[in-house]
This record gives sequence, structure tokens and C-alpha cells, in this order.
Amino acid sequence: MTSATASFTDQELTALRGEFPILTRTVRDGRPLVYLDSGATSHKPVAVLDAERAFYEQHNAAVHRGAHQLAEEATDDFEAARATIASFVGASADEVVFTKNATEAINLVAYAFSNASPTGGPKDERFVLGPGDEILVTEMEHHANLVPWQELARRTGATLRWIPVDAAGALDLSGLDDLLTERTKIFAVTHVSNVLGTVNPVTELAARAHAVGALVVVDACQSVPHLPVDVATLGADFIAFSGHKMYGPMGVGVLWGRAELLEAMPPFLTGGSMIELVTMERSTYAPAPQKFEAGVPNAAQAVGLAAAVRWIEAVGIERVHAHEAALVARLLAALAERPWVRTVGPAAGQLRGGAVAFVVDGVHAHDVGQVLDDAGVAVRVGHHCAWPLHRAVGVAATTRASFAVYNTPAEVDALVEALDRVPVVFGLDLERAAS
Amino acid sequence: MDLYQELILEHSKRPHHAGLREPFDAEVHHINPTCGDEVTLRVELTGTGDDAVVRDVSYAAQGCSISVASASVLADEVIGHSVGEALETFAAMRDMLTSRGKVPGDETVLGDGVALSGVSKYPARVKCALLGWTAFTDALARSGVDISTTTTDSTPRQGVSS
Repeated sequence: MTSATASFTDQELTALRGEFPILTRTVRDGRPLVYLDSGATSHKPVAVLDAERAFYEQHNAAVHRGAHQLAEEATDDFEAARATIASFVGASADEVVFTKNATEAINLVAYAFSNASPTGGPKDERFVLGPGDEILVTEMEHHANLVPWQELARRTGATLRWIPVDAAGALDLSGLDDLLTERTKIFAVTHVSNVLGTVNPVTELAARAHAVGALVVVDACQSVPHLPVDVATLGADFIAFSGHKMYGPMGVGVLWGRAELLEAMPPFLTGGSMIELVTMERSTYAPAPQKFEAGVPNAAQAVGLAAAVRWIEAVGIERVHAHEAALVARLLAALAERPWVRTVGPAAGQLRGGAVAFVVDGVHAHDVGQVLDDAGVAVRVGHHCAWPLHRAVGVAATTRASFAVYNTPAEVDALVEALDRVPVVFGLDLERAAS
Repeated sequence: MDLYQELILEHSKRPHHAGLREPFDAEVHHINPTCGDEVTLRVELTGTGDDAVVRDVSYAAQGCSISVASASVLADEVIGHSVGEALETFAAMRDMLTSRGKVPGDETVLGDGVALSGVSKYPARVKCALLGWTAFTDALARSGVDISTTTTDSTPRQGVSS
């Protein structure tokens, strides 16, 4: 019997990879694809593709409308998907809202605040923002968990503040008492950095934020696919994650919110499906989560995402994490042997997510990525939608390798082998770099 | 790989005419939002209308080897030329870069710029190579040059977001 965190045998890993058709293709003149960009989007196993196809082939109908049999089946599938995904993060189904992606999920919360802020109508004071109120974010955020808050501050007159990042790529919490105060209405933070892999102490931070009465929004895009995440343990009020980064289809994201808050929040997008009663003058709204799902929802994608969750559960999220941690450790060790490569982010041995960002001094990340691509190794280069974070750690751009469960130690080696061509192609003086 | 020809690496390591100089007629700052590459570029013109000549192009570029080399080639190919010739060179460079490998480029027009022909096979990198050139045409426009007939073609949208 295998334990929950036992590493995969070669045979198991081969079988698991066999479930991802795209991994057998070649790129750039016949080279095997070494896909190390799962932090941007993961590939999809056959079970997910089949689930989406089966929905269209057998049950396709607009959910939550119509009394015919297909409409019933489609609605049942959609709601069963909601329950499956909720259960995966320890939530109840009525606390899960389907969105287009995590970006929309965060915007949904931001717009709930600004929709509650204009004058007129009953409102819940917790969502009303104005001059003197503060929104606290961090310098580590993906633009998706930064720009919506900048815009919310602009619309309401609230002030945006942020927790800085130190040179090692961790949150600098030394000034937290001054940043997180009774003026703070919202605290938005990423669980795991999409660039550095840093795992933030969200549980502790959420408790600090709640002590001053702030609501806590967590970007969980880089944690839910890679670590066991339980909303009760995390202690947040809202978490957002995307389906396509966790082996699910594109076009579906998830907002989890505490039921009591979702009930009190005004809607974001309005229209069909989300109403209770409509007259020519005004409307009342359905209970959450329907209140936040205007229009015909992305049912096929939700069903596909539920299949992805079942697929992860069959593998075991602890095993996924252990496997990816081993790949990260292997890569960090190899990079540490190369003085011309500088890793940005937490040191080896610390808890971290599935991403490793690095720079080759004297060679731009785009050029590094091009040499890797030429060897069939797909990584991401640039600022990874976290421009302020790159400024904070003093680099213009990084090369990021990010792992998923289907990656192998041999692929780490392929990356390193391709990386060794970089100093050759660009004529780096390695002895000088080493000194 | 044919992208990084020796000539390109030479230009990127020792970019010609680099640095910001005075006097200048216009200064622009362009950014590639994908990777955060930046170029600040100045142009100085003499003469007006059809007689206008590019007296100087000076720049500070921070970016990948392709974008820096391309700015270096730009300065080589347009300084001392009439504005009309410079815009023709720009058009030829753009046509080559956006051709997906179909237009090899004419050395008599582009000089060392033909070494950038490999870029056209990598759509995500075309914007890198065009960064300095679009900055240059913008700076010309801000100096009062009518660039509308040369810049109507659009560059590929790929690799522009993040």
C-alpha cells in the first residue's frame, strides 16, 4: 500500500502522463515538449476533455431554466459540479460562485464594494467604502489582485496601501501594525506567489485582519492546484481560483465566500438568472450563489472542472504537492551549482509552491526563454503579471519554470541542460560570473 | 538557432549610438508590456518638409538582446538619412519582421538589420524588435513629421498583454 505522500514510480508517472494527450506532441522541429509553464495554464487530462464533451453530447441545455428533461439533467450536472468543487476546498456548495476566471472572481468582490458605496438603498456597512477607508494589498500580488483594488480605491476615494516585499521575496511584516488598522476595510493577499513560489502565512494574516474588522480576500490560484487548501483553516472571507490552472477547462473560475457575506453583498453583473422578481421599475435578487451568476453560466466548463477535481482527488493532492516539491528541490539544487544563475524567492528547503523564478545576469529573460524554447522547453518569461514584485526584488524580468503533477525529474534535467546553452549562445564570461 | 546571429549579439553587447544626447526635437518613452522592456529615444532633425534629415537618434534601451540590437541597427540606418528614407527603412524592417519568415529583407535597405530576419518566425518577439522603431516613428511624429502613410500597417497583437 502506498502512503499519501509516496513519490510516483516511473511506471505510475508514465501512466499519469499518458492521460494528457498534448504531452506526446513535439515542438520546434521535432523536439519532445517539456512543458514547465503550468503556472500560466495546466494541461487537461482526457477525463476533463471527456466530461466537457459528454455534457454537450448528452445533457446540453441552459441550466436553471426550462422544465424539459435536458434542462433538468444539465442543471443537476452543473450543481453537482459546484458541490464537488466546494468539497475539494472544504466549503459548502452554496458558498461557491462560478465565474469566468479568478480575475472576474476578484472583480466580483471589488465591484460588490463599490456597488454598495453609492448613496441610496439599504446596504451593509461592511461593504461601504469611502475617503478615510483603506484597502491593504501586498507588493507580491499578481495584477489580478492589485489592479481591481486600485480601481476600487479610485472609484470610492478609499486609500490603497501595501505590505512591501523584502529582497528575499517574502512579505516584510515589520510595519504591519501601521498598515493594518481599524481603517482597513479589505485585505487582499495571495496565498502563494505566482512568480517566487513564496507561501504566505495567510491564516495568521487573516486573523490579524479580522481583529481590526477587515474582510480578507485571498488569491488562491497558485495554491489550490498544488497544496491541500481548506477554507476553514485558511480563515479568509473570500478565495478566488481559476479552473484552467488546475487541469480544468479555460473559461471557468471560482469565488468562494462565506455564506453570510455572499448573502449581504450586492450583485456585480446583473441580468437573467440572478433575479427573484422583476418589474419595469426594479428587481429583487436570487439568493447566493445564483445572485452572482447572471446569464447562462459556463456549465460545460464547470462540469469539466469538477472532473478535474475528481482527477486530482484520485491522484491525491498531498502526492501532487510532494511530487512537485521534489521537482522544485531538484531544480533549485541544479541552479545552485551554477553561479551565473540567480534564483529569486525563498531558499531551498522552505515551504514553497510549484514555481521557480530565476535570472541569468547579463542575459534578458526573453533571451533565456528563447534558448530554452529552441530545446523544446516551455517556460514563462517577463514579469508574469507581477510587475511591482519584480521592481521590489530589483529585476526587470525573470524566467519562470512552474510545475504540475505530470512533470518528471528528466524534464527538470532537460531544462537545466538547455539552460547550460545560454552562456554559450550569449558568450557569458562564466569565470567572472562565478567570482 | 538562427535568431541569435553573431551580428545581433554584437549589436546588443555594444549598441551603436547609444546614450541620450542633446539637442533633440522630441523625446519618447516606449514600453513592451509583456516583459517590461523600455526605451527612451530622442530624435534631432534638420531642415523641413521633404528636405528634413535625421541628424541624430540617441536612446537608452533596457531590454532583451533583440530589442537592444534593433535599436542599434535603427540608429545606424537612419542617422544622416532623409526622413523619407528613414521611413522607408522602417517600412522595410516592419514588413520583414511581420512576414512570418516570408520576406528575407534587403541588405541594401536594412544594412545589419537583415540579421534580424529570424525574428519574424517568432511572433512573440516581433514586438521586441519593433520597440525602438515604433518609438522612432512616434518621435518623428512629435517632431512634426507626417508619418501617417508609413505607419498605417499594424504590428501583430500577439505577445502584447500580460
